[in-house]
Amino acid sequence: MRFFTNLSSLSQRRVLQLRNLLFVLALLPLARLVAFGFLGRLGANPIEFITRNTGDWALYFLCITLAVTPLRKLTRWNWLVRLRRMLGLYAFFYVALHFTIFFWLDHFFDVQEMWADIVKRPFITVGVLAFALLIPLAITSTNGMVRRLGGKRWQWLHRLTYVIVPLGVLHFWWVKAGKNLLAQPILFSAIVALLLLTRVLSEKNRERLAQWWSRRGAGNTEAMGIVLMKEGK
Amino acid sequence: MLIKIRPDQIDIPLASEITPQEVYASRRAFMSKVAAGAIAGSGLLGVGGAFAQPATARKLPARLNSAYAVMDKPTAYQDATTYNNYYEFGTDKADPARTAGTLKTSPWTVSIEGEVKKPFTLDLDALMKLAPLEERIYRLRCVEGWSMVIPWIGYSLSALIRKADPTGNAKYIEFVTLADKKQMPGLSDPILQWPYTEGLRMDEANHPLTLLTMGMYGEVLPNQNGAPVRVIVPWKYGFKSAKSIVKIRFVKDQPKTAWNMYAAQEYGFYSNVNPDVDHPRWSQASERRIGEDGFFARKRKTLMFNGYNDVAGLYTGMDLKKYF
Repeated sequence: MRFFTNLSSLSQRRVLQLRNLLFVLALLPLARLVAFGFLGRLGANPIEFITRNTGDWALYFLCITLAVTPLRKLTRWNWLVRLRRMLGLYAFFYVALHFTIFFWLDHFFDVQEMWADIVKRPFITVGVLAFALLIPLAITSTNGMVRRLGGKRWQWLHRLTYVIVPLGVLHFWWVKAGKNLLAQPILFSAIVALLLLTRVLSEKNRERLAQWWSRRGAGNTEAMGIVLMKEGK
Repeated sequence: MLIKIRPDQIDIPLASEITPQEVYASRRAFMSKVAAGAIAGSGLLGVGGAFAQPATARKLPARLNSAYAVMDKPTAYQDATTYNNYYEFGTDKADPARTAGTLKTSPWTVSIEGEVKKPFTLDLDALMKLAPLEERIYRLRCVEGWSMVIPWIGYSLSALIRKADPTGNAKYIEFVTLADKKQMPGLSDPILQWPYTEGLRMDEANHPLTLLTMGMYGEVLPNQNGAPVRVIVPWKYGFKSAKSIVKIRFVKDQPKTAWNMYAAQEYGFYSNVNPDVDHPRWSQASERRIGEDGFFARKRKTLMFNGYNDVAGLYTGMDLKKYF
């Protein structure tokens, strides 16, 4: 129990330490790829290996980033939010690596050829779209940008995440569908759907719903109040 | 017309560039021991992991048929036996090499059925003796956009077709492959309709390039490469070359084939290697040669019919964009 009380209020210093630790941990997938490259352990088709691996890690980090807020609410570990920016930037980092491999090793920086590929193939279209939408989020991730935009507008912009992550999963789904390998895409879809559902069913939304309900008819207000009370609101 | 030949496509390897197979074998044996030791040491998994490559792979003597040997440098044995699409043994290309040890290749029979004068079965021994074994070095182009060069051992399928003595009704040939849950862990995944089936038009099956294959790299086929008997159709995408065949049926109508049944708009019955007809999800104009093209090298151009222009005559007058 003590362990949990400690976690619910971490000191500034602890959070920073944790963030540094996470910074290093999040680099391990890349370090592993580099090490595998030097050890000749990327298999018979190294480019396929690193393409898939960076794509996988991009999806992992997108999901982890999306999980921060629900986890914070569930545990009331409010310091979790202070790790979110770095996790999001790592998602961007792995997406950018994934895209770079595509741009470089598939198309050798031939923009025209790459563009033809992007418009012709839906799975690439959505993948590149997801990457493009991530760019403004990465750019506006600094404290200065948050100030300049103002909290409200910044938050609205960053809700793009709710579009980006499903696009990423759709990209993955369409890649795997070619060979009828849908187990992983289904798992990712379920996780992302769950994480997005927590937003839809958030406290605020439930309150909004209750207000809307009460405005519809006074008779229902009481009932809704009871529901909220039961849930400890 | 100026024909450019990339120097690396006519490169004949120096003997020193190819690691001798004994060296591979000893390296593998060593790694197996190390792995087995580690597993035993951990005390969690027990001893005796299934290693697909037997310690003593059986040699399969055959004379090189230089008329059917491309000059490209053969793919390393290690790559050709650890990077396999064989969904019956798992969907990851590293899976078959790990899990195909459970495949029992002896005894093995192939039954010849359908539009033939008299159906019969052949055991592997009889199959091996049906015609002289030849070594042929073929390019192998996977529909996924990578390629290898493999020294196969076998003989033209036409020899078996002659023996089968098909009736005039036989317009197509269907290959039915093994589907045994006890031996093939991948069958529990309903990814494709098992058994995996493939097929060819009769004239394609009779083309001398179509190889009934029992070995590769001087040995009997490793399990993960489709042991004990498969077909190799070098001008078509790799999935047309059915593995671990148990039944060959001569039929009147175009047979249903595994990938075509899954997605007809993506995998045609013919599936000839064709740089001008893209797979809906990726371009087929170029390919990566496994183990050969450098990490930062541009992909090489894919050749029509995988470079086997001899077969063009089979498709005269056919719109290959329609019959892809």
